[in-house]
Amino acid sequence: MGRIDRIAEPWGTRTPYGSGGTWPVRVDTHLAEGVDAESVDRWVQTASILHSNGDAMDIAVKDNRIVGVRGRAEDRVNHGRLGPKDLYGWQANASKDRLTRPLIREGGKLVETNWDTAMDRVVSRSKALLAEQGPSALGFYTTGQLFAEEYYTLGTIAHGGIGTNHVDGNTRLCTATAAEALKESFGCDGQPGSYTDVDHADVIALYGHNVAETQTVLWTRMLDRLAGPNPPAIICVDPRMTEVARAATVHLAPRPGTNVALMNAILHDIIANGWVDQDYIQAHTVGYQELEKEVAKYAPALVAEITGVPAEKIEEAARILGHAERLLSTVLQGFYQSNQGTAAAVQVNNINIIRGMLGRPGCGILQMNGQPTAENTRECGADGDLAAFRNWSNDAHIKDLARVWNVDPMSIPHYSPPTHLMQMMRYAEDGSIRMLWVSGTNPAVSLPELPRIRSILEQERLFLVVQDIFLTETAQLADVVLPAATWGEKTGTLTNVDRTVHLSEKAVDPPGEARPDLDIFIDYAHRMGLKDKDGQPLIKWDSPESAFEAWKECTRGRPCDYTGITYAKLRGGSGIQWPCNEENPNGTERIYADGKFWAHPEYCETYGRDLITGAPVDPTEYKALNPEGRAIIKAAEYVPPHELPSQEFPLQLITGRTLFHFHTRTKTARAPELQAAAPDVWVELSAHDAGTYGIAEGDLAEVATPRGSVQAKVRIGGIRDGVVFLPFHYGYWDTSGGHQPDGAGRAANELTITDWDAASKQPIFKTAAARISRVAAADGPAPAPTNTASAPSGDFPAGLLTRGLPSALVDEEVVPNGTGPAGGRGGSGTDDREASL
Amino acid sequence: MKTGLVLEQLHRDENDLAQHLLRISERHKVDHEIYHLARDLAKWSRQHVREIAAIAGRYGQELDPEPKGENTLLEKIREKGSELAGRDAEAGLLLLRDLREAYIKACGVSADWELVAQAAQGIKHTDLLEVAERCHAQNLRQMKWANGKLKESATQILVS
Repeated sequence: MGRIDRIAEPWGTRTPYGSGGTWPVRVDTHLAEGVDAESVDRWVQTASILHSNGDAMDIAVKDNRIVGVRGRAEDRVNHGRLGPKDLYGWQANASKDRLTRPLIREGGKLVETNWDTAMDRVVSRSKALLAEQGPSALGFYTTGQLFAEEYYTLGTIAHGGIGTNHVDGNTRLCTATAAEALKESFGCDGQPGSYTDVDHADVIALYGHNVAETQTVLWTRMLDRLAGPNPPAIICVDPRMTEVARAATVHLAPRPGTNVALMNAILHDIIANGWVDQDYIQAHTVGYQELEKEVAKYAPALVAEITGVPAEKIEEAARILGHAERLLSTVLQGFYQSNQGTAAAVQVNNINIIRGMLGRPGCGILQMNGQPTAENTRECGADGDLAAFRNWSNDAHIKDLARVWNVDPMSIPHYSPPTHLMQMMRYAEDGSIRMLWVSGTNPAVSLPELPRIRSILEQERLFLVVQDIFLTETAQLADVVLPAATWGEKTGTLTNVDRTVHLSEKAVDPPGEARPDLDIFIDYAHRMGLKDKDGQPLIKWDSPESAFEAWKECTRGRPCDYTGITYAKLRGGSGIQWPCNEENPNGTERIYADGKFWAHPEYCETYGRDLITGAPVDPTEYKALNPEGRAIIKAAEYVPPHELPSQEFPLQLITGRTLFHFHTRTKTARAPELQAAAPDVWVELSAHDAGTYGIAEGDLAEVATPRGSVQAKVRIGGIRDGVVFLPFHYGYWDTSGGHQPDGAGRAANELTITDWDAASKQPIFKTAAARISRVAAADGPAPAPTNTASAPSGDFPAGLLTRGLPSALVDEEVVPNGTGPAGGRGGSGTDDREASL
Repeated sequence: MKTGLVLEQLHRDENDLAQHLLRISERHKVDHEIYHLARDLAKWSRQHVREIAAIAGRYGQELDPEPKGENTLLEKIREKGSELAGRDAEAGLLLLRDLREAYIKACGVSADWELVAQAAQGIKHTDLLEVAERCHAQNLRQMKWANGKLKESATQILVS
């Protein structure tokens, strides 16, 4: 067993393996000072909610307190490993400043109260608004960090009880494009990939996906392949010199906002050279000719002008992709949050489709998620879509959902697409949404153009309810604050990007009067008197497990079929991949294996949208185009970003994240090791641009866009010339401003533009025109990590490189293959054994 | 042969649609998707104007290849007005009116393109047919956008 500083070495010890081999087990454990594994009272099963990888772990409990975590060796996702956010982040649960009592606004100030008073306020306002205006006055904005049972309950309340169309999750900011891209290409959400594809792939292409920081354990799996025999080629598309870019065979660093042009050029070369699977295209797809016609216009030499990527690099990437035998493609925010997000992500799908690289080991697509339970937000209907991927424009689906809920079909709003978050904010701005209930998210830091967002949330006429575990920037603006329980304090299930369902069990009681989100939603439903059409309570469940059973029934026969899963089956072994039903009792490793898709007009989740205008495709049009439910190849033209650099704002701003923080830092800033690794905001600039503007490492600079300005210390690093990068995590709760800047701005979203992808409605955080100027000389280097994409490019004092506090030491136990833990069961065990034959 | 007359009409109608889309964009700047998309879609019509002018000479029409300009000062005033009116419920009704108008105008342009395509087939002019098919495809997308936005926006505006 080794002890290792996992702040300095975020991916830990290498355990190399070869193509088709079994990824060795390595069990990572981090316990509080003075606690050892033997003195732990009990271990409680769960999975991570501080990133989207779905790493399974056990919580160590001693004297009814959480004292650490240990990776689960038998789990198919992580084989025992944990990332830094999991190893240290659990400490945030016990923070002194957790919300422990409900708060209500009295005389302009938030004061403590009891649950009855707080819920009465929420219920009486809800009822008054329903009587006065109807359901259109109420909006619900939730998160990607609750459990399936909670989303399903919220979705049922909003869609089946209140009857409002205004329901969304902050998944709108992170994975709306993942969902939309899958819907456009395959007629339905659901990943045509599995993490085990990493074990088999000979080419892994990562598009705008800095996996090394966003899903550290998945990157560890890739690093172990790279360290083993016959490693895969890596293609990286990213304007920053990320760890992925450093390891890549080919690194393409396009100008922000030009991804579609780049993808079309790659497709151009693949098609022009005939590196396509014509039999697959003929048998299983529609739309190939349009793609052929569209991409013919995008010769690499021409696209080099648009993207700033040399033609020969585009050609090299196309050649590697075109000769891949087992191609795994992954996509994340570099595409989703940029100009033309859906159109770009769909072109990634197109590469796998026209090369026939789907549904076989090593051949898959992972349109990644940004948040731990984003898949559940989507499938349970808490992102506005209808539960279990039902199609809002298919009357039979509405009728079926009404049957499950025992309500009148007319009471489920389906007259138009669900109201996406940015439109909800607009309705709150124009005064037609008058109550907004925010659960588990922090729009006052995470949404674009914060001065506008604050002015909307601060309005007297908007009744704002915030349900959270800390007094976030958003909670400070609320009329009612409801204290919630979090991971480790409540039970529920969560599903990661490769469809693996995990159970997360309660380990300890929540602090004070804080309650599980599930209990809060159910309490609201009962106080509101929400009923089904027979006068029985609409919400018929009263616990996580009974909620899960209800959710299972809702999924019966749908793509995300959970009917074969029980809490008992999830206990003890590995997570299980949906669909899991009578036909597939152990879950389903790969979907679309036989070239059969969920795209049939009667079954699909959506008829799709125009990738450029966002206009919904008419059902009859879809039926004519795709009567048999094949994969849909959709072409798209490149459209330049709406805000281009100008004389006044000559640079392009992109925002993003760092390995050591999650979202708006509500938890990670309260874990000392993580906070110390990335204590404050910084701005990244290339050495060339730093020279142009006379800026040195560590200088304080002002970054400005037409929306506002932010001050940050400068990190001179490996970013593309002409581009500046700001991490979006840093808000104001731990500054004197409270919920807003006190003096210079710190949150990256002071600067971002209000604009979104017309198809997925995901805001664009990575394409704004900006300028930078020096404010003051350095008193040391920027507070940016040195072992990630923010690594310095020049000379740097060795003593100041990123390393952990003394408490950052983690135990790593590498288990040689063949001596793995006994009793492992579930998907990965089977798959790995097959693979090693 | 009356093909030239149809092209002249179409040239006027595409110009009109482009200007209407720009006007919508200016008026509804606080409705960000409408602001951005209407501008993007106006570009398509402006490009169609150029293409119509380029080919119309063969049918005896001297048409201005330059799309009608937008009044930038007026635009700025409207945008400012839009920001001020951003919290006014009446702005919602104006939005529906404007989208309806965009939809109707796009429908008119669609009918024009159908006439051009019919004529092109009758006289076997493949160049003209190619222009008609390409531009009409974009025009139909403009039409669906306006119609889709109208439907999507109507309920909240009308019931709240």
